[in-house]
Amino acid sequence: MTTRIDSRFAELAREGRAALVTFIMGGDPDLETTLALLKALPAAGADVIELGMPFTDPMADGPAIQAAGLRALATHTTLAKVLKLAAEFRKADTATPLILMGYYNPIYVYGVPRFLTDAKAAGVDGVIVVDLPPEEDSELCLPAQEAGLAFIRLATPTTDDARLPTVLAHTAGFVYYVSITGITGAATPDYSKVAAAVARLKRHTALPVAVGFGVKNAENAAAIAKVADGVVVGSALVDALRKSLDANGHATAGSVAAVTDLVREIAAGVRSAAHQPA
Amino acid sequence: MKLENPNSFRTGPDERGHFGIFGGRFVAETLMPLILDLERHYEAAKKDPAFHAELNNLLTHYVGRPSPLYFAERLTEYLGGAKIYFKREELNHTGAHKINNVLGQILLARRMGKTRIIAETGAGQHGVATATACARFGLECIVYMGAVDVERQKPNVFRMNMLGAKVVPVQSGARTLKDAMNEALRDWVTNVEDTFYCIGTAAGPHPYPAMVRDFQCIIGEETRKQMLAAEGRLPDSLFACIGGGSNAIGLFHPFLDDRQIEIYGVEAAGYGLDKAHAASLAGGRPGVLHGNRTYLLMDADGQIEEGHSISAGLDYPGIGPEHSWLKETGRVTYLSATDDEALAAFQLCARQEGIIPALEPAHALARVIEIAPTKPREHLLVVNISGRGDKDIFTVAEHLGGM
Repeated sequence: MTTRIDSRFAELAREGRAALVTFIMGGDPDLETTLALLKALPAAGADVIELGMPFTDPMADGPAIQAAGLRALATHTTLAKVLKLAAEFRKADTATPLILMGYYNPIYVYGVPRFLTDAKAAGVDGVIVVDLPPEEDSELCLPAQEAGLAFIRLATPTTDDARLPTVLAHTAGFVYYVSITGITGAATPDYSKVAAAVARLKRHTALPVAVGFGVKNAENAAAIAKVADGVVVGSALVDALRKSLDANGHATAGSVAAVTDLVREIAAGVRSAAHQPA
Repeated sequence: MKLENPNSFRTGPDERGHFGIFGGRFVAETLMPLILDLERHYEAAKKDPAFHAELNNLLTHYVGRPSPLYFAERLTEYLGGAKIYFKREELNHTGAHKINNVLGQILLARRMGKTRIIAETGAGQHGVATATACARFGLECIVYMGAVDVERQKPNVFRMNMLGAKVVPVQSGARTLKDAMNEALRDWVTNVEDTFYCIGTAAGPHPYPAMVRDFQCIIGEETRKQMLAAEGRLPDSLFACIGGGSNAIGLFHPFLDDRQIEIYGVEAAGYGLDKAHAASLAGGRPGVLHGNRTYLLMDADGQIEEGHSISAGLDYPGIGPEHSWLKETGRVTYLSATDDEALAAFQLCARQEGIIPALEPAHALARVIEIAPTKPREHLLVVNISGRGDKDIFTVAEHLGGM
């Protein structure tokens, strides 16, 4: 199957540049703001959008994304509402790939078949579920594949050559390379190591490789865009949004611009990079 | 949901770490290679007589095992029914059953060449045990503890500091055990190279639930021998409190296939099962958290809810996956006791036996107080006194008006 994700990466490869993958948390700080952000992101330079499904216990996320999830939950965001948000976005934008990202428990409780049906109907293209390694593929990865949704897997510096084939076996859309061992929003990666890691992944898969964790500005993004097929930015955007909120944690007139301005800056970095993935 | 009764209750988990639908490995990819490596090392250690010899030597001369099986004569008389025995885990070095598991895991960490140990702790008992073992072997030790628990379990924080461990107060979430576990997992994801995560209860991703259980099974194995020596036969019923459930699974497991034996696990009912509590089995549903599928306290949307118990060691919103399976197979009966019932049992035990139990086993005692009088005098009942109450005296004093 060819999804919007495949088409978008193929299109950008023809243009000779990396994709900018942007993450925002569904419902942070409220659903209206998220919808406005979703609508504004593609024009600001986002090529792929990851929409977070908030969870109380995001074990692999740093303080920025954890706080975003708690803000979303404080305004009563649920998985059902995030799916509705996706459907709203899709009404106006039929081209930008939309990926849901989160943890397994809310999906498990919602019911896997119901989740896949509703996500597909909402125009979602793929899912990233942080706490489902290939050892638990039968839970969601294989059913997602059957439903026509890409299950995007994370590969990390600890994923050695022996394990890579297992990790990549049922991955679709792209491979999300986590450039550091650590939580989201942590240290900036060592770019020479990133290039070597992307090259290593490319020996095992024909899928595009997007690199995330630690991208904070145009310069970081350009360095990664040089060697990878995609640059993922999340914590920096979520942090920009947080800084725009008022004292009560509510969105302000400047909230959407706070995020899109940063996306524009990072997109310029991505576009400035001569694209030469290994 | 009722699962089929197996031929043996002692063969789990399967090779993928599942007890029925429970257990498994639900962790970020960064951790998976490490968890697989741990599993390989544990399997090798299990077959290595040198590993067992070193562990047994420590358990005997450092921990003080075997812990006695004590006939609680005055309590038996007072309740007027079953003959009550205490398995005295509170006499262990560091004051609870936690040290049994920690020593096993620390020996394993040494075999794996890990130099930095992290742990999470609720009441502080597991933190103290980990800090102790790290001091004993000269390993760096970092203990994550919810900021609320740091406040209410100060004696244990002092102990950990004296033992050279670094206690990190966790400010996220409700600042209790669940959040401490999240923070420990974050540390582990960041420091996979040199760090060993010493989990304190029979939960988490496979192989932890099985490994922790195996290290705690010494409680039940000793109880079997000791009861045979004392009474010439096996006990008729077993009682233990359940937070994550490591002391309980340690006592229960060696008896699971003796089907005539009644087995009772007691969860924390807090203010009551219709109010704030920490009884995952009585008030929760199956879900996925902290690396395993198990019963969890959560809302309709799958968001995890905070547990409440007067005992910081029991207010975890989950439970070890093997207990979830034992509940659904019906082999173990799971009950609960409220804060008030635990406090009453705490006082009764102190006054009748001169033993101040931790608030955790006081929950198990609360159900013993209720059930023992309904049994005949020849009924042999064992309750696991999993820890001593020194750490809880301030909490209890506060509830009972300063004493």
